[in-house]
Amino acid sequence: MPSPAAPLKNNIASDIAAQALWIRRRSFQMVYEAQQGHPGGDFSATDILATLYFGVMRYDPKNPTDPKRDRFVMSKGHCTGAFYSVLARAGYFPEADLTTYMEPLSKLNGHPNRNYLPGVETNTGPLGHGLPVALGIAIAGQIDNADFRTFVLTGDGELQEGSNWEAALTGGHRKLENLTLIIDRNRLQQGARTEETASLDPLDDKWRAFGWHVEVVDGHDHAQLLKVLSASPKGRGKPLCVIANTFKGKGVSFMHDNVAWHHGVPTKEQYEQAMRELV
Amino acid sequence: MSAAAPSKAGLFDCRDSFAATIEALAESDSRIVTVVSDSVGSSKLGGFKKKFPERMVNVGIAEQTLVAVGAGLANGGKVPFVSAASCFITGRALEQVKADIAYSNVNVKLIGQSSGVAYGELGPTHHSIEDLAWLRLFNNLKLIVPADPWQTAEAIKAAAAYDGPVFVRVSRMAVPALDRPAGATFEIGKAETLVEGSDATIIANGTMVHRAVAAAKTLAAEGISARVVNMATVNPLDEAVIAAAAETGAIITVEEHSVRGGLGGAVAEVVISTNPVPMRILGFPGFVPTGSAAWLFDNFGLNETGIADAVRQTIARKR
Repeated sequence: MPSPAAPLKNNIASDIAAQALWIRRRSFQMVYEAQQGHPGGDFSATDILATLYFGVMRYDPKNPTDPKRDRFVMSKGHCTGAFYSVLARAGYFPEADLTTYMEPLSKLNGHPNRNYLPGVETNTGPLGHGLPVALGIAIAGQIDNADFRTFVLTGDGELQEGSNWEAALTGGHRKLENLTLIIDRNRLQQGARTEETASLDPLDDKWRAFGWHVEVVDGHDHAQLLKVLSASPKGRGKPLCVIANTFKGKGVSFMHDNVAWHHGVPTKEQYEQAMRELV
Repeated sequence: MSAAAPSKAGLFDCRDSFAATIEALAESDSRIVTVVSDSVGSSKLGGFKKKFPERMVNVGIAEQTLVAVGAGLANGGKVPFVSAASCFITGRALEQVKADIAYSNVNVKLIGQSSGVAYGELGPTHHSIEDLAWLRLFNNLKLIVPADPWQTAEAIKAAAAYDGPVFVRVSRMAVPALDRPAGATFEIGKAETLVEGSDATIIANGTMVHRAVAAAKTLAAEGISARVVNMATVNPLDEAVIAAAAETGAIITVEEHSVRGGLGGAVAEVVISTNPVPMRILGFPGFVPTGSAAWLFDNFGLNETGIADAVRQTIARKR
């Protein structure tokens, strides 16, 4: 596997695809073994995470608090299956640790904790916390005229939390071009579709109105994600909002776009079928 | 970095002391930044803004983001002092204080300004007499309630020097500078005994300390020897001083806060677990009427007379 610190130059999207496949399989195994988790959201976010960690961000897992590192904030902190898998795959901790997911005293809580786990920037879980913290990180970079970028991944239902819109105002006001928000737009929240609950559309116009540059992409297309996320922010003069259109449960037929898999857990038969499909 | 000059009649607004201290610290430590929610004037940070415009972050009237941005700035290597009215930085942003600051255990200093009933006339929405009860639940968040300008300055310096989350509750109420022995120091978690006594102990903090000292003088004239302890740090408590207080056989706590879960509750938790003695918790019973702070203090017995009465009554309950 390529070192994350030195991503391959050739055919990088296919390498990201291989990593994404590994993450889907490993995270689903974690959920199956723990009989807990949020696999639907793990799968909608997987391609975004794989692209960031294996194609975009600069970091050194052996020096996880390097002041020059790019930061990633996992605002949808419940999707730890995918997040822990990508962190392990990137080298922050041994892949073997993933077998402890949700166990008593495990470092791998249901929601990430920076005090236990290298690579976690802030403790999340309650929704609407990631973007405001990422905003603060980006402001620190702006004050210092530093080169690092700050990425934050939110769900879409999560945008119903008002704290996001406070941060959206200040991000636009301060023209924080070093800040990138990625919205995992799978259109499903815990109980129903976002548009049937508290509708978000037109989501792109909302962010533009707050002073952000908006890109709308297929959130499962690594080449599209790579293009918008690795473009230099210098001179853009605005924070970037990437609306990544995704599907909850992406990759497994019976989970695809199915709200039941927000925090559903698989039976043995379902697990085995998923593993046959995730190849 | 001396405290600011007294405004009138030897009384001080501790916000001046906060502002002078943070400006002086920022001169020598470039990591120090301030974060406000349109609360520059109410935090007395106009001078800081003038001297370090690029090091003041104003997020607008948005307390959740105010506190979260503090956490982010700490991640970026800054030492943020996040300052806003205590009622809002705590109540409005409580989950950010919990998750982003305390549970994440980051190096952020939260400054609750104009705490207690400083905004007495504005009513209970603007009273901040619940803040300590809320914040005391976060075991790793240091809680400091300075009593006068010197201690406010020392608390801000100690907060800056400590690597971790701290809340400092700053008052705008006029208070005198307390008499202390020369060479007095401030340390987070250490209480100071201002008046020695053996019949009872008054444990106070913030704006109540000088009133407790006055009550002790009244009592001394009657032959009652009341110790006065300034328990400026509510978390962690100075348990040795509380143990010594219990040996006087009666404890009276006094705070500009609700009687539910503040200093009194904290002290009581220690006392009942170690050496139970009669206690009285002085403070506000809950939501209180609109009125000036002075009127509220007098109406709820948070003055020299009320404290002295409470001491007499508690001594009468001694076993």
